[in-house]
Amino acid sequence: MKGSLVDIENEYFNSQGTPWPIRGGPEVSKRLDATHFNVDTKAHIVIDTQVCNGCQSRPCLWACPAELFIAKADGGILFNYENCFECGTCYVVCEGGAINWNYPSGGYGVIFYLG
Amino acid sequence: MTTPSSYDVVVVGAGPAGSAAALAAKRCGASVLLIERGPFPGSKNVYGGVVYPRILGEIIPKWKESVPVERWITRRSTMIMSENSSLTVAVDSEKWNKETPNGITTLRSNFDRWLAQNAVAGGVDLVCSTLATGLICQNGSDKPSTANRVIGVRTDRRDGDVLAKVVILADGVNSLLAKSAGMYPNFAIDHLTLGVKEVLYLGRERIEERFCLEGDDGCDLEIMGCTDDIAGGGFLYTNQDTVSLGVVLSIGDLATHHTRPEMLIDRLKSHPSLAGLLKGGTLKEYSAHMIPEVVIGNWPQLSLPGVLVAGDAAGSCLASGLWLEGVNMAIGSGIAAGRFAANAAKDLESTKWSGYDQSIKESFVGKNHRRFQRAPELVMSDSLQRIYPKLANNIASSIFTVTDPIAKKGVLQTVRSIMADSDISATKLALDALKIWRAFR
Repeated sequence: MKGSLVDIENEYFNSQGTPWPIRGGPEVSKRLDATHFNVDTKAHIVIDTQVCNGCQSRPCLWACPAELFIAKADGGILFNYENCFECGTCYVVCEGGAINWNYPSGGYGVIFYLG
Repeated sequence: MTTPSSYDVVVVGAGPAGSAAALAAKRCGASVLLIERGPFPGSKNVYGGVVYPRILGEIIPKWKESVPVERWITRRSTMIMSENSSLTVAVDSEKWNKETPNGITTLRSNFDRWLAQNAVAGGVDLVCSTLATGLICQNGSDKPSTANRVIGVRTDRRDGDVLAKVVILADGVNSLLAKSAGMYPNFAIDHLTLGVKEVLYLGRERIEERFCLEGDDGCDLEIMGCTDDIAGGGFLYTNQDTVSLGVVLSIGDLATHHTRPEMLIDRLKSHPSLAGLLKGGTLKEYSAHMIPEVVIGNWPQLSLPGVLVAGDAAGSCLASGLWLEGVNMAIGSGIAAGRFAANAAKDLESTKWSGYDQSIKESFVGKNHRRFQRAPELVMSDSLQRIYPKLANNIASSIFTVTDPIAKKGVLQTVRSIMADSDISATKLALDALKIWRAFR
C-alpha cells in the first residue's frame, strides 16, 4: 500500500443549508493516499482540450470520484490520469465526447487490495 | 511471429462472471483460457459489500468450507433517513448463520481471487496483467456480425493473439469490447450509477460492540433518503475489523446539482444515526466503480456468433431497491455462458447463438430482472428518494413523541395531520402505492 492510514478525524464545519452538521472529510487527493496505483507511463484517458475549453456545463468536475478534472483559471480543464479508478464515469457524463477512454496496459492502473 | 495459442473458450475478465464461466465451461469438457487485466483477479473490482453465495453450489459444491468470509450476515436492516431522524427496519434471523447462510460480507480481492483459484484448480489457464484489446473475426476485422463470427481476441502481450471457438466477454460494466462490437445499442447515462466507497478500520471489538454482533455474525444496512438532491442511496456493511460505507449515485444528478460524491459520503457519515457507529474510523481504501442498473428491456445484445456477454457487461446486476444483487447475478450469468460456450465449441456450425440470450432470460437472472423491471426507476424517483422518507420519519417521530399535558392524537389523526401538512394528495399516495405494489409484488 502506498500511504499510511488516512485519519478521517477532521474539523467540524457547518455547511449552509444542510440539515445536520456535516463533518468534512479530507480532500479527495488525501483519501487517494489509501488507494494503490501502479501508474502506467502512457495516459489511458486523453481529453480533447479544445472541446473542454468550449464546454459550459463541465459535468466531469463534479462527477469524477477521484477529482481528476480541475477547472483552470483560463476556463480550460486540467486532467491527470494517474490516480484514476478506471470507473468510466467521465466518458459517460461528458456531453461533448471530449474523452477518449481506454484501460491502462495489463497490470497497470488502480489496484484495489480490498474492493 | 509464433502461432497463436488456441482454446475452445477464452473468457475475458476474471471477476465473478468470468471465473464462473471459465469453470463451468471447463466442467463441460472445454479447454479454457481466462484473461485478467489486473495483476490479480479482483484487483479492478469494487462492490458495496455483500455476496449472496447460494448460487456457488452449482459450480463449487463445498464452497462453504473455503469461501473467504468476513462476516455472515444475520441482520439485514433498511434505514429511511430524514433530516434529523431515521427509521430503521431490521430483520434478525438466526437462520442466516454459517450453517445456512444467506448473505456474506467479503472483500473482492479475496473473493474474486478465491473463485479464480477454483477455476484454475479445475483446469482453467489463467493469465493476469493482460489486457484484451480487441476481437478477432473470421474476415479479419474486429467487428463481428451475424455473418462474421468471432474467432479470438487480441491482447496487449507480445504475440498476444489467442484463438478461440467461443469468446466470453465478462469484462465488466465498461466492456469496451462489447461496445465496439455494437452490442450496446441502448446505451444511456441513466442505465448507470456511480458507487463510491470508503473502507474504514474500526477494529473487531468496536464493530462487535457498536453493532451488537457476536463471533462472525455481521449486519448490513441499506439507507434510503440519504443523498440530498442526488438520486441514490447509501450502505454500511460490517467486515471483520472494517466497515464498508458508501453511496450509490445518479451520475447525471451530480453534475446537475453541482455535488461531488465525497460530499455525500461526508454528509452520510455525519448523520446523527451513523456518526456514533463510525467514530474514530480510519480510511483503509477509497474506491469507486460504476454499477449497471439496466432494466431487462434495455439489456445489451447478449450474443453474436462466437461471442457471449456475461455479468456486469451484460447488465445482469439487479438494483431493485429491496434486493441489491450483483455478484450472484454475475455468477449465474457466467455459469450459463460457460455451459453454452462449451457446447457451442463442440459444434460451431449448427449453434444457434440466440439460444444463449434465451438461456439467460429463462435463468433466475432473467426471471428476477423481468419480475422487478419497474423497481429501479421507482426507487430512483422523487417520491421514494425524498417525499416518503420524510413523511415516514415525520409520522414515526410524531407518533412516539409524548405530548403531555396535551392528550395523544392517536395514530390516525397524527397521520392525517402530517399528510395535510405535506403536499401529497390522497390520489398521489394511492397511485404511488399501486406503483410500489406493481414493482415488488
